[in-house]
Amino acid sequence: MGGAHRSHHRPGHSPVHTLPAHCKLVAVLCFVLAVACTPRTALWAFGLYALLLAAVAALARVPPGLLARRLLIGVPFTAFALLLPFVVPGEHTTVLGLPLSVPGLWGAWNILAKATLGVTASLLLAATTEPRALLLGLQRLGLPAQLTQIASFMLRYGEVVTDELRRMSVARGSRGFEARGVRQWGVLAKTAGALFIRSYERGERVHLAMASRGYTGSPPALDHPAATRTQWAYAAVLPAAAFTVCLLGVTL
Amino acid sequence: MHVPDGFINAPVSLAAGATAAAALAISLRGARRESAAGPATALGPHPESTAPLAGLLAAFVFATQMLNFPVAAGTSGHLLGGALAAILVGPFTGVLCVSVVLLTQSLLFADGGLTALGVNIVLMGVVTVAVAYGVFRALLAVLPRARRSVTAASFAAALISVPASAAAFTLLHAVGGTTDVPTGTVLAAMTGVHTLIGVGEAVITALTVGAVLAVRPDLVHGARGLAPALKLRVGGRLVDATTVTAPGPAASASSSASSSAVSSRRVRLAGLAAALVLAGGVSFYASASPDGLEKVAADHGIDAKVRDHPAAGSPLADYGVADLTDPRLSVGLAGVIGVGATAALGIGLFHLTTRNRRRRRHRRRRPARAPETP
Repeated sequence: MGGAHRSHHRPGHSPVHTLPAHCKLVAVLCFVLAVACTPRTALWAFGLYALLLAAVAALARVPPGLLARRLLIGVPFTAFALLLPFVVPGEHTTVLGLPLSVPGLWGAWNILAKATLGVTASLLLAATTEPRALLLGLQRLGLPAQLTQIASFMLRYGEVVTDELRRMSVARGSRGFEARGVRQWGVLAKTAGALFIRSYERGERVHLAMASRGYTGSPPALDHPAATRTQWAYAAVLPAAAFTVCLLGVTL
Repeated sequence: MHVPDGFINAPVSLAAGATAAAALAISLRGARRESAAGPATALGPHPESTAPLAGLLAAFVFATQMLNFPVAAGTSGHLLGGALAAILVGPFTGVLCVSVVLLTQSLLFADGGLTALGVNIVLMGVVTVAVAYGVFRALLAVLPRARRSVTAASFAAALISVPASAAAFTLLHAVGGTTDVPTGTVLAAMTGVHTLIGVGEAVITALTVGAVLAVRPDLVHGARGLAPALKLRVGGRLVDATTVTAPGPAASASSSASSSAVSSRRVRLAGLAAALVLAGGVSFYASASPDGLEKVAADHGIDAKVRDHPAAGSPLADYGVADLTDPRLSVGLAGVIGVGATAALGIGLFHLTTRNRRRRRHRRRRPARAPETP
């Protein structure tokens, strides 16, 4: 669990890293939309998408090991996808003595391919963009400032609260506690309760500290230069290529 | 739980995104009201404390999802947190917290697809929180005013909210799913598995709410009306402190729940208990003789539909039942959930109508007085 929730950001100075966050956000969103709209029978289109992402990863110098490791962490829905060939009605084919449904196989392929491409694109975005810059990019794209603020507070204090949880776990462990089964849930729930109270009180303290420094509901705006036309053009390469592939996939 | 890209088609994903945006806009407005009416900070109620508080609470939801609850040898589960957030901090702030967690998970940790973000927010943020809070409020309306009722209500709220979210997923899948799985199979598999998850979620949520209630009952949003009104002795008589200082919503709420309400509360409680016993217990034993049930179905011509049911004979349907180990238990559980959902809906409607009537009577009695500002 803990491994899955560490930020994937890899600092760097590649052309992908230096693009403004909101350009990258739009690019990734358009890319994923194009992938989602591609008919599942166009197998070659998904190969081209994977090549596009590989090119971006190479340009950003993101180690392929990082992507592969993250992709291996099973999503529960992968299990759902793998069940599809057995439950979908329709004509059946026999593979290795197992009767598999053809529409079910297509469905499983569809989910696995699109989900994998989507996760890879999001991973590339997270790896090449600072978390704070991502939130500011979202705000530039029209996300309400209040929501961005909540998210940035969450990011800023996420580590603090997680550390608090870890300290409590160390304290429990050093008193001989071992969570073995359902019988220990009471203690763990008390931990969660204590964590809630501590988070709430920390929230109050943070608010008071900010109010005493003149906070009135919005943080001082930092000046972030708007993206130039060239930067937009660079960012548009990926979604433009993806839409072309998608169009080809629909028509061919 | 997170729906990845490519599971729901693009138009439905976009529609869900628009729904999520609307829900977030409403929640932002509501959360400001909730933090303004919250337990007084040293500065008094301040609507601009929404962002720091909600941010810290989102971090709390995020951290609790890492707290592993061991189930049996080797396996463990974790809290989803929708019901817990709704009860602890209120429905609007709860929606905000869960949605922000989902947003950052999708952007920074690649959990759940970007195009599916709207779907995820609607399912796990909006539906879970709304159902949990609705059930919670409805149960509190009938249960006696005690700390134990809050814990019991949070148990039921969490228990129903998780399968409700699974049912909502089934609905989205039926409208815009990219797979050809029959809707009945999806419903059976999703609600079957998620009922089990819901039981775990319910136990953890109830225990956690109980733990907070024991230490800081004033922080639990769902238990706000619970504390007895502060009384002041003025000239030898006990007077409500709130009426002395400033008339607030708490004063009217506590005065309306006076001794006359107790008897009707007892009647309502008895009715609900009877329904639950019938649904849970009797169906538990009734299903011991499935022939009888089938006979009833045949007599009423229901079994024609049952035989066509696409879930029958599929391994997923077997999976759901096999996981529940005891088919009687699963039927009983389904009955309890059904009664809970129906009761929540009915009580909610009843509450709305009676409140309107009470308010009208109130207005008629004192027409000259200007409306109070809360």
